[in-house]
Amino acid sequence: MKPKVAFFDFAGCEGDELQIANLEEEILALLDQVEVVSFREVMKEHSDNYDIAFVEGSCTRLQDEDRLKQIRKNAKVVVAIGSCAAIGGINSLKNYKELDEVKKTVYGDSARLFDTYAARPIDSVIPVDAYVYGCPMTKEEFLSVVKSLLLGKKPDIPTYPVCVECKKNENICAFERGQFCVGPVTRAGCDSCCVNEGTICWGCRGLVDNPNENSEKEVLIKYGLTVDDAVSKFSLYFGWQERRK
Amino acid sequence: MKNQNLNLKVHYITRVEGHGDIYVNVREGTVEKCEWAIPEAPRFFEAMVVGRQYSELHHITSRICGICSIGHTLASLKATETAMGIQISEQDLKLRKLALHGENLQSHILHLGFLVLPDLMGVGSVIPIAASNPKEVKTVLRLHRLANEMSNLLCGRTTHPQRLLPGGFSKIPSINELTAIRQKLKESAPDVQAVAGLIKALAGKLPDFTRETEFIGLTSPNEYALYDGKLSSTDTGIAPVNEYLSYTNEYIVPYSTAKRAKHARESYMVGALARLNLNYEKLSPMAKQTAEMFDLKPVCHNPFMNSIAQLVEVVHSLEDSIKLIDELESAGLKSQPEYNKPEIKVKAGRGIGAVEVPRGILFHDYTYNDKGYCTKANCIIPTNQNHGNIELDLKALLPKILDKSEKEIELTLEMLVRAYDPCISCSTHALKVHFI
Repeated sequence: MKPKVAFFDFAGCEGDELQIANLEEEILALLDQVEVVSFREVMKEHSDNYDIAFVEGSCTRLQDEDRLKQIRKNAKVVVAIGSCAAIGGINSLKNYKELDEVKKTVYGDSARLFDTYAARPIDSVIPVDAYVYGCPMTKEEFLSVVKSLLLGKKPDIPTYPVCVECKKNENICAFERGQFCVGPVTRAGCDSCCVNEGTICWGCRGLVDNPNENSEKEVLIKYGLTVDDAVSKFSLYFGWQERRK
Repeated sequence: MKNQNLNLKVHYITRVEGHGDIYVNVREGTVEKCEWAIPEAPRFFEAMVVGRQYSELHHITSRICGICSIGHTLASLKATETAMGIQISEQDLKLRKLALHGENLQSHILHLGFLVLPDLMGVGSVIPIAASNPKEVKTVLRLHRLANEMSNLLCGRTTHPQRLLPGGFSKIPSINELTAIRQKLKESAPDVQAVAGLIKALAGKLPDFTRETEFIGLTSPNEYALYDGKLSSTDTGIAPVNEYLSYTNEYIVPYSTAKRAKHARESYMVGALARLNLNYEKLSPMAKQTAEMFDLKPVCHNPFMNSIAQLVEVVHSLEDSIKLIDELESAGLKSQPEYNKPEIKVKAGRGIGAVEVPRGILFHDYTYNDKGYCTKANCIIPTNQNHGNIELDLKALLPKILDKSEKEIELTLEMLVRAYDPCISCSTHALKVHFI
């Protein structure tokens, strides 16, 4: 019997679920291997009977915790897809501000009508079995994690920084070009896609295991950033991970 | 027999981007409640970007929406460039227009093929269609892939673009890559015709419903306005983009986390149908033929025809992309340095960027201090502008379909919401029918 899979989304842009549509013809091959029983974005049918739950988006309010816990109860395996679910993602930018101020900035006098708390990855609410990092996740990594899960293997996620891939791709280092980059502390697995396209690593895959953050901040400052700007490079995606330490 | 009493609650309407609910209550033949509510968790982008540097704004606000991330990036760059007084080159302008066409194609094909088609074929998703009509589904997938190849070529990625920067591009495609994609665009004509034929055969399933409303979008004397133009309304005519706040007039309803907008009437509509109603004459020749195939003429007040207007725009984007690549080729594509980072002279100021994205007109409005840090931001998203119109359409449609079964009523209301192709994550910065 094919494993039953379901997709859910919380606070996020649904860009990760879009990568599944972007599999194009490979979707048909995937559908040979799994049975999709819930995927609100593309299907009307819904069932609570599933083996693997893929969850996109961060948890940003108390009321969403119940929904997450229910998903955990129903699923044998929970996979966080994309930066928002896996590390808190860009949503954690708001964690650096007074939440009452944030609400007032957007909703003015009606702010009291809307709930929010510090944006967080889903593993701060429920146990998570596997992660597909990236903003957005790549379809290749998604397929590779799905294959591992179907074979009962542990997904192979790099534990080294983006610099390793970037050097292999023979990019000119962002620092050498007078730019600033958080590749030295960011988890690899993206094949340094942003630097390959002529920009910098923004850190969307989150901090690598055992990052040398102080040394990275020193480098940023040595190359001319102010202390505030160096800290600000870290806050773009590492907000929740930094806070947890 | 009319439904005298009806309690409907569509909690999390499906096949739309994000979470939205429809609540309906009918008592003794009278509609007591018909609400369109968005419970989506708000994300507060306008607060998150305050204090961030100008070079990061497009990267952050791209994340408002995965499906229209190219459009958000472009609106963001235009706002920043206006604030700092930056002009981009004619070549970069054409490349940005191509990127926008790539996204419009991708998004419209996804909506038509994955989200609308199942309703027309009486199934719950595209999955059973893949089994019953594999040829048609493969045609849709081929077109979707081509659109993504185009986005990838221009932006370095299909979702959350990398190459687009304030002042230009970090990297641009080669002329060979552009002419290769042009060849594929030309070869896709039979696929587009096949999709048009498939939808034409099923178009009788689209409800014949009309409610007069106002349509707002960009307009330009030179082209079918997508990347740039002035504000235009079917009610009040043309105005400069910097008057946008007097058009959008955002307000909040307590049962919804998404803001709404109104202008000359109680609500207005943006999107493909609005653009077609405002700029029909500027459509490419084949796009006009496609509109004629469906008898779609301005001004059309049937919101269900928005899906058909999207199909017309698919044809337009394909034709106009070919034309843009022809122009780039005959002008001679200028190369640029690797890892290009356009020189920006930072200055304080405010800039507004308006772009037509798949679901309608999008505004980003930033104020920067003299160090280039954002001090204030406002983003007004197409779906926010449509929420009020969706609810009024639901209210007008419901009494006309009360003689149908509860299941049919629910489906028709859902189809109406889907026709707008709402992007709810974007707009909470909705969809479920609750019959209660």
